[in-house]
Amino acid sequence: MYSTSEASPRTKQVRQLDRVIIRFAGDSGDGMQLTGDRFTQESAAFGNDLVTLPNFPAEIRAPQGTIPGVSSFQVHFADHDILTAGDSPDVLVAMNPAALKANLSDLAKGAAIIVDTHDFTGRNLTKAGYATSPLDDGSLDEYDLHRVDLTGMTVEAVKEFGLSRKDAARAKNMFALGLLSWMYGRPTENTVEFLSRKFAKVPDIRDANITAFKMGWNFGETTETFIVQYEVKPAAMAPGTYRNITGNLALAYGLVAASVQSGLPIFLGSYPITPASDILHELSKHKGFGITTFQAEDEIAGVGAAIGASFAGQLGVTTTSGPGVALKGEAIGLAVMTELPLLVVNVQRGGPSTGLPTKTEQSDLLQAMFGRNGEAPVPIVAPQSPGDCFNAALEAVRIAVTYRTPVMLLSDGYLANGSEPWQVPDVAELPVIEPNFATGPNSTSTAADGTTTEVFLPYKRDEATLARPWAIPGTAGLEHRIGGLEKGAEHGNISYDPANHDLMVRTRQAKIDRIADSLPPLEVDDPSGAAKVLVLGWGSTYGPIGAGVRRVRKAGYNVAQTHLRHLNPFPKDLGDILARYDKVLVPEMNLGQLSMLLRAKYLVDAIGYNQVRGLPLKAAELAEAISELVRSAEGKCLP
Amino acid sequence: MTQISSTDLGLPGLRSGLDGVPSSGEKQTGKDFTSDQEVRWCPGCGDYAVLKAVQNFLPELGIRRENVVFISGIGCSSRFPYYLDTYGMHSIHGRAPSIATGLATAREDLSVFVVTGDGDALSIGGNHLIHALRRNVNMTVLLFNNRIYGLTKGQYSPTSEVGKVTKSTPVGSLDHPFNPVSLALGAEGAFVARTIDSDRKHLTSVLSAAAAHRGTSFVEIYQNCPIFNDGAFDAIKNPDTKADAIIPLVHGAPITFGKDKVTGKPTKGLIRNMDTGAIEVLDLGPAADQYAKDLLLVHDAHNPDPSTAFAISRLTDSGYLNQTPIGIFRQVERPAYDDQARDQIRTASQAATGAPTDRLSYLINGGDTWTVV
Ligand SMILES: Cc1ncc(C[n+]2csc(CCOP(=O)(O)OP(=O)(O)O)c2C)c(N)n1
Ligand code: SF4
Ligand SMILES: [Mg+2]
Repeated sequence: MYSTSEASPRTKQVRQLDRVIIRFAGDSGDGMQLTGDRFTQESAAFGNDLVTLPNFPAEIRAPQGTIPGVSSFQVHFADHDILTAGDSPDVLVAMNPAALKANLSDLAKGAAIIVDTHDFTGRNLTKAGYATSPLDDGSLDEYDLHRVDLTGMTVEAVKEFGLSRKDAARAKNMFALGLLSWMYGRPTENTVEFLSRKFAKVPDIRDANITAFKMGWNFGETTETFIVQYEVKPAAMAPGTYRNITGNLALAYGLVAASVQSGLPIFLGSYPITPASDILHELSKHKGFGITTFQAEDEIAGVGAAIGASFAGQLGVTTTSGPGVALKGEAIGLAVMTELPLLVVNVQRGGPSTGLPTKTEQSDLLQAMFGRNGEAPVPIVAPQSPGDCFNAALEAVRIAVTYRTPVMLLSDGYLANGSEPWQVPDVAELPVIEPNFATGPNSTSTAADGTTTEVFLPYKRDEATLARPWAIPGTAGLEHRIGGLEKGAEHGNISYDPANHDLMVRTRQAKIDRIADSLPPLEVDDPSGAAKVLVLGWGSTYGPIGAGVRRVRKAGYNVAQTHLRHLNPFPKDLGDILARYDKVLVPEMNLGQLSMLLRAKYLVDAIGYNQVRGLPLKAAELAEAISELVRSAEGKCLP
Repeated sequence: MTQISSTDLGLPGLRSGLDGVPSSGEKQTGKDFTSDQEVRWCPGCGDYAVLKAVQNFLPELGIRRENVVFISGIGCSSRFPYYLDTYGMHSIHGRAPSIATGLATAREDLSVFVVTGDGDALSIGGNHLIHALRRNVNMTVLLFNNRIYGLTKGQYSPTSEVGKVTKSTPVGSLDHPFNPVSLALGAEGAFVARTIDSDRKHLTSVLSAAAAHRGTSFVEIYQNCPIFNDGAFDAIKNPDTKADAIIPLVHGAPITFGKDKVTGKPTKGLIRNMDTGAIEVLDLGPAADQYAKDLLLVHDAHNPDPSTAFAISRLTDSGYLNQTPIGIFRQVERPAYDDQARDQIRTASQAATGAPTDRLSYLINGGDTWTVV
């Protein structure tokens, strides 16, 4: 652990900025994710607020130099608190023509572009689909173009280590990182340390990377190519310990925390799928917490084993993405019927079918809500930012254990891989989750002759929560059979009685509805109290919506914002809140799934703002849509 | 009468399938394992006989009722757990092995049984079955093979003979059947056996050996469905034909079958054809004793190489059943997945020091952190 590092001394003209968005883009073999991640860690250590957006192809190695093979990492850092990874980069680092072509349309005119001229060969230009070189044909005249022979200088700089040309050229990402680190005055010691650790076993590669990194810095400092350095001051943040964290890591930590706080060992049954696999990878490292990770033969076996473990008295968890949830549907229904705790994590990606495996979307909300046969209500919880995945996991487990029900936790690809500074919570302040296993009979039965015996009724419910007892094998006297066939109320034996089925269907629904009793009131952000428009979102759109709302307020308009963590059941006060506003705008990365639920439940004329580009919403575009709605709600004419 | 009731009860000195399961202090009876639910199979269904045998065999294990769990899929046979006063789950079609995998891995102190049908285990749940066998999770799988879909009223199943005429195959089924024992052996099964619903004694002895075996024990039970596939096992049940139909497998004994009407001695035996390596049936003729000494294949269920067991399993007719080996084909020791998974956790947990909350705090404060004051 170390405190906020000092910026390195400045030698050139220094210009102050309040925020910067940088996008590193290159071939998927160019190490752009690592480069972006290091720049992020440097910025975090410096004390900026930041949000990141990795974007990589589904193919492990798409053909080199082609547009499908482009991988990028965007980092937005600022001297104030920020909510998104930014719409449009201020700086694009393009390692080859394909990276330039794939990302240029996201830049505003005047943005800086740093290209590795070495890779702008005829062959690479053709692969990227350029007829003429954009470096020479004037098409980049409106940008602030910097031509740098990153590869050539890297190879030259690391000559002394005797690497093959290919290995030498590989260090070019560290040269670029060094250059950008100089440009923004980032602290460098952590990166040097990181490289020493990462390549400890291959000293020549370690030294080459460190040298390239330092030479990149020196290049910025000594040449005339770059005449200004920029400064983005640290952001004011609440006191505490921070670390940069991705959503998948925070979610995995949230599960470890839920296990510690409930005393229930976690059993994770999972089948690898992008973008959820990292949760499986992470939890597999924590056997010391009593966590079992089971890589099943398919998604059905993953959830099946988790259900078996829950029956056994552990905390059954299964992690997947939309296609996996489709396979698990029948088993989730079994958990609804047997009323066992189960956590289903869906890290949503673009759909339908295989869709866009590495891109983000929120299009599985209705699948989570209704994707099972019969009346099979399942609570739904959604995190709103990468760090928030920690809290959302704890909350989902609280509901699963307290109400003996499967719970769907809806993360998404953006939250999973995106990162932000996370204030590490104090473990002493985390909620405690009570499993409350059944230990003995819960009723008496009276025989014809009036004698009574103590009996166990596996479907007798808690009056407040309507939850049934969780009696685990090994508990003497509580032997009972559960299963997917309809259960008789209380005794839990098979029942085909029509009135009983009607009662049980309603009771299972009522139990889920009761969860709303345990939810805090929604927080509505309406600073002026005079807003006529409410913007309502859920999940990872929190950042873009917040940023959009800020812009709208800055422009002098009133607008209210609230964000849902609980999608099923909705918080009790949602209906009243919706009724308070003339217009309700619901931005989603789908075609209006939350809108549909709101319309059905509250008869509110929810207006959708919908994008399904596989990318987070853009704050500027969203701000436009909000402003327009505010203007029309306030009866002002459009400018 | 063909003698097929002697079986091994586990290998000496090795971990039993019941190690870790608490033993019951007092003597239990079949009644203790019988639930108050009315049994609802058709009259004459083979499932009754298996239920009775299981209810009577469970007390013999000497373990506590509350530590026994039956997990089933969907099908007539999968109603089984409701009739036993143990813990149980009647789950979903084909998935019982995966649910049992989670259960058995989570809890060493449970004796876990899976009850499944030929459709449940081999059609919809085929994937889970082979992977359970491959992993060798400590559980006993009872596959009730009636060579038909009973619950859905009589469609052909993956063990039905080619040409089976059913409602869904009015001019005869086309697909070649699975031989469940061959499949289990191919899936790396370490304990693979076959028995018959109506032979209580053999059924019980096989179940005892299966429960005592550590790892996945696979037991195919030929089960008659008098409603939709009556007579499928007549050849092995009819007193006139069964001696020729059943090839009894007894570890350590030469494999012979058939019965001479006069001497009562076996008329056939299995030999290895030294030219092709194949296992073949040989008519023994009058020189039976001579053959027995020199030529006959001696059954070795403990052979680490499964190829002879597999070759023997191929002697089952794939069409109408006129001949089939019965007994324990294979019984070898192999590490059980759940034991190893628990070992990994135990090792890691023992290495970890400090209260869980402190370790959690250490974990989430790891990585590159910085402090804002
Ligand atoms: C997902 C699903 N598909 C289909 C069914 C219908 N179904 C129930 S049992 C069964 C076949 C059972 O055959 P088998 O496993 O041989 O059991 P048996 O009834 O013969 O004992 C089928 C197709 C179901 N319950 N669930
Ligand atoms: S249909 Fe066949 S298998 Fe099912 S209960 Fe009736 S007799 Fe038994
Ligand atoms: Mg069947």
